[in-house]
Amino acid sequence: MSEPVTALQGASFDGFARVREIGPLGMITLRAKAGTKGLDKAVKAALGLALPAPRRMVWEGPADAGRGIGWMGPDEFLLVLPHADLPAALAALEAGLQGSHYLAVDVSDARCVFRIEGETADQVLRKLMPVDFDRLEPGELRRSRAAQVPAAIWAGEGGFTLVAFRSVAGYVMGLLSHSAQPGSELN
Amino acid sequence: MSTRLAKGGRLIDRSAGMEFTFNGKRMRGFAGDTLAAALLANDQMLVGRSFKYHRPRGIVASGAEEPNALVNLGTGARLEPNQRTTTTELFDGLAATSQNHWPSLELDIGVLNNAFARFLPAGFYYKTFMHPRPFWKHVFEPVIRQSAGLGKVPTDPDADRYEQAYAYCDLLVVGGGVAGLQAARIAGASGARVIVLEQSPHWGGRAPVDGDVIDGAPAADWINATLQALEKMENVTLRSRTMAHGVFDHGYVLAEERVADHTPGDGRPRKRLWRIRAAKVLTATGAIERPLSFAGNDLPGVMLASAARDYVVNWAVSPGDRTVVVTNNDDAYRTAIALVEAGLSVPAVIDARAEVTGALPARARALGIAVHAGRAVVKVKGGKRVTGVSIGLQAGEGAVLDEISCDAVAMSGGWSPVVHLYSHCGGKLTWDRKRAMFRPDPDRPPLTHDGSPLVYPAGAANGALSAAEALADAVETGLVAVKALGLKPGTTPLGRAEPADEAPMDPVWIMPQGAGAALKAKMWLDYQNDVKVSDVQLAAREGYQSVEHTKRYTTLGMATDQGKLSNINGLAVLAGALSEDIPAVGTTTFRPPYTPVTLGALAGEARGEIFQPLRRTPMQDWHQAQGAYLEPVGLWRRPYCYPRAGETHEQAVHREILNTRSNVGMLDASTLGKILVKGPDAGRFMDMLYTNVMSTLPVGKCRYGLMCNEQGFLSDDGVVVRLSDDSWLCHTTSGGADRIHAWMEDWLQCEWWDWQVFTANLTEQFAQIAVVGPKARQLLERLGGMDLSKEALPFMSFAEGTLGGFPVRAYRISFSGELSYELAVPAGQGAALWAALLAAGADLGLQPYGTEAMHVMRAEKGFIMIGDETDGTVIPQDLGLDWAISKKKADYLGKRGQERSFLASPERWKLVGFETLDGSVIADGAYVPAPGVNGNGQRNVQGRVTSTYLSPTLKKGIAMGLLKNGPGRMGEIVEFTTADGKGMVQARVTSPVFYDPKGEKQDV
Repeated sequence: MSEPVTALQGASFDGFARVREIGPLGMITLRAKAGTKGLDKAVKAALGLALPAPRRMVWEGPADAGRGIGWMGPDEFLLVLPHADLPAALAALEAGLQGSHYLAVDVSDARCVFRIEGETADQVLRKLMPVDFDRLEPGELRRSRAAQVPAAIWAGEGGFTLVAFRSVAGYVMGLLSHSAQPGSELN
Repeated sequence: MSTRLAKGGRLIDRSAGMEFTFNGKRMRGFAGDTLAAALLANDQMLVGRSFKYHRPRGIVASGAEEPNALVNLGTGARLEPNQRTTTTELFDGLAATSQNHWPSLELDIGVLNNAFARFLPAGFYYKTFMHPRPFWKHVFEPVIRQSAGLGKVPTDPDADRYEQAYAYCDLLVVGGGVAGLQAARIAGASGARVIVLEQSPHWGGRAPVDGDVIDGAPAADWINATLQALEKMENVTLRSRTMAHGVFDHGYVLAEERVADHTPGDGRPRKRLWRIRAAKVLTATGAIERPLSFAGNDLPGVMLASAARDYVVNWAVSPGDRTVVVTNNDDAYRTAIALVEAGLSVPAVIDARAEVTGALPARARALGIAVHAGRAVVKVKGGKRVTGVSIGLQAGEGAVLDEISCDAVAMSGGWSPVVHLYSHCGGKLTWDRKRAMFRPDPDRPPLTHDGSPLVYPAGAANGALSAAEALADAVETGLVAVKALGLKPGTTPLGRAEPADEAPMDPVWIMPQGAGAALKAKMWLDYQNDVKVSDVQLAAREGYQSVEHTKRYTTLGMATDQGKLSNINGLAVLAGALSEDIPAVGTTTFRPPYTPVTLGALAGEARGEIFQPLRRTPMQDWHQAQGAYLEPVGLWRRPYCYPRAGETHEQAVHREILNTRSNVGMLDASTLGKILVKGPDAGRFMDMLYTNVMSTLPVGKCRYGLMCNEQGFLSDDGVVVRLSDDSWLCHTTSGGADRIHAWMEDWLQCEWWDWQVFTANLTEQFAQIAVVGPKARQLLERLGGMDLSKEALPFMSFAEGTLGGFPVRAYRISFSGELSYELAVPAGQGAALWAALLAAGADLGLQPYGTEAMHVMRAEKGFIMIGDETDGTVIPQDLGLDWAISKKKADYLGKRGQERSFLASPERWKLVGFETLDGSVIADGAYVPAPGVNGNGQRNVQGRVTSTYLSPTLKKGIAMGLLKNGPGRMGEIVEFTTADGKGMVQARVTSPVFYDPKGEKQDV
């Protein structure tokens, strides 16, 4: 067994905002329709958190080592947790949802996760994502795109967390670095 | 002489001198100058040559509408052609060269075209260069390209960087003149989120130049106060140097910000493309003055009256010592007055109107300016610059009554509202007879998604030309827009300008109105494309009636300025020639962009490393460190082969194949699609997706399956794995992963919404490594941790466990015909497992192999490849895959499609193998011809090759292909076309399985 590595092994860039790859984080895709028997309890048991409202991320703890659950769609949730806690969380979900129709699967390695931090961190993302950041509410999770690839973001802990697919981690890092270059502030 | 005046210039800073060059000549200007202003200050009246006749051309305007004064700006990696000097801010060290001159601006040989102008009439391309046909490509086009064309194409990669940004607002105000500012203030006070864009670096538009008085004080005071108020509003964003150039459906507006155009090399992005989503758009885009069509109106020194005024007031630049003003309206008198007040001479105002009354002419007369009513400029005199004008009667035919010497002519044919942005999304115009202009039709605005107006034109852009009218219109329109947004107006101070006492203008389209052919051939409508009054009239005589056709025939309005000065004059001339009403002729279509946009801004960040999202597997770094030759597979870049020193790619591929077949090879198969399907109805769903039965696959087993679209055509293939009672893992092709996942969701969400099935795309969760060859088991056993024997893990089964400490799922599947394992490991450990295998297998002869070796090996085994054997018109039955099509199932996607007569026909081309008699390799894409020709006179065909390789294993050419009735023709000799098309090559029809037909090697 080797230690899991992230796609970019913690790359970072300091521009007018700070960009850094974080992780490896544990991530679970949970698919279950609202009202599925045992869903609330299973999630609580797996994560210690309640189910999020539509388009919300419930987060607890520091940005790069906390726990969270995000609403990804009417029948899909994203669970984030420390990598080491993942097997137990999956087991808890399986136990709690036994007999119900659901899908829970480890997607930790399928993703890359970035933090964009600093007072003007939003400006980095305004250049890449068709998202109205003025109206992005605290705890709101947005599934959108960063330039040419899918990406999800939420705000908190003095910045933004951005999740994309692992294979395009280098591309996303390139985008974020390009957009954070000093002198290219939007105001 | 154009020159810098000793005093004045509200936009320049005389303490900040700047040096620049034009055609290598050193010149000086001031901070705040435009390049055009600085050129004029250095008496550089001649700035370019025209497109067709190479006539000398000077600066005619002072803004975005400029047709003539385009230059190559910058050098080397910062060279950009066709830059408008009138909107280019001067910076120290600027280097510009004139365009379309040869060998020099002063002496241009192409001007000979001018002498032969009568042989280059409208549509001359169409008339002259038709025959003989080869001449176009080899003679006419090269010559025309040499003499025509604007600017130089840069050869170096652009040194600058660009970016884009998204913005959202309730109201987007385009234009920072007094109307825009007033409307923005009203909207801001209502609480709306407002963005105000101004194309220039300065706010306030024309009002300060025109001497407008607002609330009893000079307009500049009101502009400053309003700007300060807007800056204090948190809900208002002001952005200057930003040109909104296109309005699209649903309030999507594109705008280009010139971030560092005027400070090159300071590290900032040069330009930024704003992608704005606005609920409503308010266009306060002003108006553009029209030229007058008199002979010689293109000579350097002939300028729009408003531009002459701008240069004097804004930049303290005089267009000439003696300027004759020629007009059909009162506004041009402002120019006469401004020039005289600046100490310059205006020998005459030539006014086409029979009677000239009104306050402005009275002021001009009081200043001692001679006003000649009912007169026309018959002709401008001069060569490379104006030396004088001949005067006659506007009502006449051009008899000269008088001559006035002068060095500049300021002309005004009235004003046209800038209706471009309003029109982009379908806003309709109405002809305002009194003011002789097209303005937005209030009853037919562009509509947005809910049927309400999208764009609200205000101020001069709405036809309200004077300051008083413009401000009143902006107030009214601003309130309408606020109401349309569902907001309540707050309390806002409303600016009020003093009404101007202006007499009506008199439309003048040809000057003098009865001018003969000689004069009309020198009356320019479109300066940039060299279209004259005579050209449009000729087009009308030749039968062109539609304004759109005339535009294309004459090229009127088709240059980089898109006819900002010429369109209205041109269509009025056309209307006159057709004896039609102007509104009956109508305008050409206004299309984005309003002004040219730098391609770099459109590309934004997508350049170099981030041009495209290239997908990388966890082992990509290793592949590239090995010098692997990469090939694109979707957005992946997969190793095609790993050439060693001195090896060709073909040699590398052959080495990789032979080594894999005799020792052990290793392939990065991480790109394969991996989609999890789970739920109580998952088996039923799988049986619909695949042509064969997947619901009966035992847990722990693998099965090859085919997916078809509804038409029955083969769409994707791969190995399906039964993970548990209610879950399956579907492997797809590398390029098909996202498409097939979307296909599954489409059926689940739209058709079988009540089926209890969930899917998840796990493609990137796993690195997948194929370990292939007779020594594969030996290698994996060295890592240890799992029983990989034939008994414990038979062919087409899988097991989960740990190998060398890595958590893996090991599939015993083979795409090569050899003993083969595919190992799936979490992506974060993929590179480590790859390294562990390499280390463990060194003495077994382990070598990585690339996609080409994979392709050849599968072809040796007769395995099909999606995209090679399929092309969207092939059904599984064509490929001899009937064994993978269930006869028992009631339905699957594609079943009914395959039952259609053409697809069920026994006459179809079917898969067979081919072996050339001489051992050579059949050309890629080669056909098997059949006797006779088809209805198009093309040779009939009866088959074609789909995969063809030199097999290093069999040491001869092998191929698969589709042949009419193929399987019934085993042993027959057929002939293929060759790559050079000259000879034919004979091949024997065989089974497509060339290697180990019994499948013994993979099942050991």
